[in-house]
Amino acid sequence: MATSELQAVVRERDGVAVIDLTGEVNASAEEALNDAYAAATAGGGGSVVLNFEHADYINSTGIALIVGLLAQARKNGIEVKAFGLSDHYREIFEITRLADFMTIADNEDHAVNGAERSKDA
Amino acid sequence: MTALTKPFRRRLLGRRRAEPEAAQPERTDADTALPEQAPVEIAANDPLLAYFQSASEAVDIDGLELDSPALRELKAAGVKLAVPLVSQGELIGVLNLGPRLSEQDYSSDDRKLLDNLAAQAAPALRVGQLVREQEAEAATRQRFEQELEVARLIQQHFLPKELPDLPGWQVAAYYRPAREVGGDFYDVIPLPDGRVGFVVGDVTDKGVPAALVMSATRSVLRASAQRLIEPGIVLERVNEHLFPDMPEKMFVTCLYGVLDPATGHLRFANAGHDLPYVKTAHGLVELRARGMPLGLMSGMAYEEKEATLDPGDSVLLHSDGVVEAHDPQRNMFGFPRLKETMAGVPGGQALIDRVLSELEAFTGPDAEQEDDITMVTLQRSLGASRAAAANGRVLAEFELSSAPGNERQAVDGVERAVAEIGLGSPRLDRLKTAVAEATMNAMEHGNEYRADRPVSIRVLHSPDRLRVQVTDQGDAGELPHPETPDLKAKLEGRQKPRGWGLFLIEKMVDETRVTSEGGVHTLELALRLEGVGDGDE
Repeated sequence: MATSELQAVVRERDGVAVIDLTGEVNASAEEALNDAYAAATAGGGGSVVLNFEHADYINSTGIALIVGLLAQARKNGIEVKAFGLSDHYREIFEITRLADFMTIADNEDHAVNGAERSKDA
Repeated sequence: MTALTKPFRRRLLGRRRAEPEAAQPERTDADTALPEQAPVEIAANDPLLAYFQSASEAVDIDGLELDSPALRELKAAGVKLAVPLVSQGELIGVLNLGPRLSEQDYSSDDRKLLDNLAAQAAPALRVGQLVREQEAEAATRQRFEQELEVARLIQQHFLPKELPDLPGWQVAAYYRPAREVGGDFYDVIPLPDGRVGFVVGDVTDKGVPAALVMSATRSVLRASAQRLIEPGIVLERVNEHLFPDMPEKMFVTCLYGVLDPATGHLRFANAGHDLPYVKTAHGLVELRARGMPLGLMSGMAYEEKEATLDPGDSVLLHSDGVVEAHDPQRNMFGFPRLKETMAGVPGGQALIDRVLSELEAFTGPDAEQEDDITMVTLQRSLGASRAAAANGRVLAEFELSSAPGNERQAVDGVERAVAEIGLGSPRLDRLKTAVAEATMNAMEHGNEYRADRPVSIRVLHSPDRLRVQVTDQGDAGELPHPETPDLKAKLEGRQKPRGWGLFLIEKMVDETRVTSEGGVHTLELALRLEGVGDGDE
């Protein structure tokens, strides 16, 4: 079965790096996710926002990739935020306690502004 | 033994006869100048044989009057004195002497010397003969052993290397050739639609000829089984193939059955082989079907019968090496004893082990096995039926190959299957995640992402449960039980980032259960349905 490989595009919104994730967050997403994270943090910003609005499938391997990204970010002192998670994946982020270590925002504005705020604070 | 000593005696006579001539004055070089004379054969009914055998000393040939062709030959060859070599009453050779060089008669001293020589030479010659006989026997024995080894190799090559894993069934087989390898064989043939063909057969005769006929039978049977469905037609076809080339006085008895593991339905036909037994909850049943052995006559038809093996039932296919084994008093093990043994054990490998131990107790521990012994047992698990009854209706059953990303096929298939139940979105999403993770586990840990090992998915619906069974084909043993993931530990590098699969599965569904049977693992995911209306808890 063909899998739709993850597209991870980095853009800037109000001085915050936003990574738009499109497709499936699974084993094949590793390179795209790591590259996007490297690009998003190259400017030395204090936070990264993950946009899951168009990530239609996240499996346990995908969770592991996000855990890896989060561990990397904590080492670099970068805050990770997320938005656009469906109720189901939001539940999974809570069950796995990912939600305890990254802010899950309701939408992009909250994620970016919240990020701004936390940066200002 | 007579046959072996005779040529030796003949050679001895021939050689000795040349010697007196070597002493002739005109002779210069015995071996090259004179052609070897034909040896003198003393026929068994020639009176000279009895005369020599009873003679206690050297015999004057010229003075002997007997109606004996051998004596006439000796006289014609110029033999003057014959010294019989007798060992333990048997004439084993004769020293023939021509005239003395001095042309005088042999003196009494000469005769005494020759008699002494004969008394010494005869036992020495006998020992030499015995050694030769033994060497010849050893060579014959070695040829025989080599032939048996070839027969064993052929036989073993054509027996199944492994038995199939049939979920819900225990299949076991046992084959032990007699020292003089017989023609037993068994086979298990995977057929389309998941059905399986079972064969037990026996070729008359032993050794290499039996092994060759066995291998031919097996090949023809395998080929026919793939093309034809009815076991009776398969045996008919095999008989037609074998008949023209079957060596005289050889034939093959053979039982062929086709089992549908899903239903327990068995169709079988029998070409004169021992009847299989089925152990059921109501007692022991014989699977009878009429038919002539294979390879005897052309145009044979084979009766076809059917049986259904219920959960808990057990079948024993066997060869006559079991029932025809004898005890030291020459009593046969027999069918009644086999039935009795079968009644005492559930089936499967335990049944084979019990029959073997009963056989050993019957024949005595040191008895040589008279014939090949072959047993195949099929046992339908009881558990399968209980589970089936509790599991209810099958909503979907499908397979997918083990390749990264294929868990989405499982998710889509299950989603379609459960559409009629109307699970609400949170529960459906959770089930989908659990199915995806269980399928990934099966593909990765059970099947090692091998394309030839499919994952099978079964969706079952009963009033109180929705179950999804995910089964791998792994023979890697136990499924891994990873440590409970701890995100903090993972973020701090004390645990690997991975290892979320089983954790998620357990959080997503109400019940999980792992069963391992026959080398396959099934992970069952269950959602409780009591009081669930719109799918919300």
